[in-house]
Amino acid sequence: MTTPLAGTAPLIDVHAHFGRSFDTDRRRLEAGDRIGISCHVASILGTWGTASPTYFASPDDVTGGNTSMYHIADHDPGRIRAYIHVNPNYPAHALAELERGIARGGIGVKLAAARRCDDPLLDPVCEFAAAHHLPVLHHLWQHRTRHWPGQDISDAADLARLAARHPTVSFIAAHISGGGDWQHSLPAAAGAPNVCFDLSGSGCDRGMLDDGLQWLGPRRLLWAADVTLCTGLAKLRALDVIGLPPGDLADIRWRNAVRIFPPGAFAATAAIAREGA
Amino acid sequence: MTLVDVHCWIGGYPWRHVPHPEPAILRRVIEREGIGEAWVGHLPSAWWRDPVHGNTALAEALTAHAPVLRAVPTVRPDWPRFADQVDAALRAGAPAVRAYPMQLGLGADHPALLELGHRCAAAGLVLILTTRFEDARQRHPIDGAPDLTAAHVRALARGTAAHVVVAAPSRVLVEEVHWGCTPAERERLWWDISWLWGPPEDELAHLIRTVGAERLVFGTGWPLRLTQVPRANLDLLPPDLSGVGLAAASEIERRARGAATR
Repeated sequence: MTTPLAGTAPLIDVHAHFGRSFDTDRRRLEAGDRIGISCHVASILGTWGTASPTYFASPDDVTGGNTSMYHIADHDPGRIRAYIHVNPNYPAHALAELERGIARGGIGVKLAAARRCDDPLLDPVCEFAAAHHLPVLHHLWQHRTRHWPGQDISDAADLARLAARHPTVSFIAAHISGGGDWQHSLPAAAGAPNVCFDLSGSGCDRGMLDDGLQWLGPRRLLWAADVTLCTGLAKLRALDVIGLPPGDLADIRWRNAVRIFPPGAFAATAAIAREGA
Repeated sequence: MTLVDVHCWIGGYPWRHVPHPEPAILRRVIEREGIGEAWVGHLPSAWWRDPVHGNTALAEALTAHAPVLRAVPTVRPDWPRFADQVDAALRAGAPAVRAYPMQLGLGADHPALLELGHRCAAAGLVLILTTRFEDARQRHPIDGAPDLTAAHVRALARGTAAHVVVAAPSRVLVEEVHWGCTPAERERLWWDISWLWGPPEDELAHLIRTVGAERLVFGTGWPLRLTQVPRANLDLLPPDLSGVGLAAASEIERRARGAATR
């Protein structure tokens, strides 16, 4: 077996997706193995726009997408874990999905962009997350100065306000490289200690990783790939070039995830770490 | 075969701070990444009215780094004495010139666009066009230039004999031009891979299978983007495409030179 491109140390992708097609799921896992991803923490956003919009998924589509995600995770629980995706516009359905998701092994909450993220409708979802020690991964657009089609507006400043209302919940600001003004996002959420950023997204601007480390430090950055594993691998290689101490790199690769997700969520990954120690 | 980065610049960017865009840093980076040569433009010139001053600065900055870093001057086809800009690039031994029709507000049917293609073809210089500098979603509010359109590239391919490298295209742009040109026309077009995505969508793999690896060329977009991206993308190609060779920059240069009409 060839050595993974990103080395043999544990690596958790905290922002993954499945369910777009059989081929993309297969390729995600193949490429993940090639990179050395120990665990994909993933969601399926409804029907990916087929029956209702991706970021405004209907309750039926939310349920269907989650069910499919749980089946995928069941198939390989050491390597794939599930987020529980909910649409906060339907509070009763969202809470029911969270209860069902916990029972089906979900380890985090995924919120897309169906409601601006500092809206009070998100509070019951976050209260549930607090009660069950679930992190909340929220889709963001970096520094949105206006509405764009297809998504409700949310940026890091909005997420920092939500995080201040729920100080015991760990929030993951999605894809710092996912489009928008990342230079705004980092200082906007730097003062919110319970907000971390994931490094996923197709963007790969020089300076982004350095600024992320400067504003947040290595314990508030989580490696992830979202839908572009190539940029994810490139960022791992760029982190190597930066020359971080091994402990900082391990934090970003996997230890921060272990800290903010429920205890035992990454037992298989922790075993890899023990073997390598 | 020497790996060549055909898509990089030195110099600052008007819309955000870019760390260390100096030639000495570029030299160090490409050596680290196993890249043997780079075709280097002058980034500020994309927005300057008269590119001549930027070309002078570029040539001076790269003198100490020849022949690893090769200057790619900027030309402006709607500017007085445009032909002199092309001649100067040829005399300086440039492999290519860069032009930025979107930043100049030149539409796909603007006569200067065809003049640009004709002049480059006559001189035997590769023409490098840039699709975009940043993701459209993160641009500065007054950075209003749209992405390069497929119509611009088709106009050059159909209306001139220029040999064109398009930097930072999307899969959609590549396909819209490639399948909208005759086989003879698309033989003079190459696409840099720096903005094509790998798995799980596998756009790069798809284009290798459909458009052909010989139409794709290596570029990074330094200093704006991480140099590690195109290499990572190649490393993650599906097993049946592992080790596939892209077009060689030297061959693109040779073909443009060989087809010079003067």
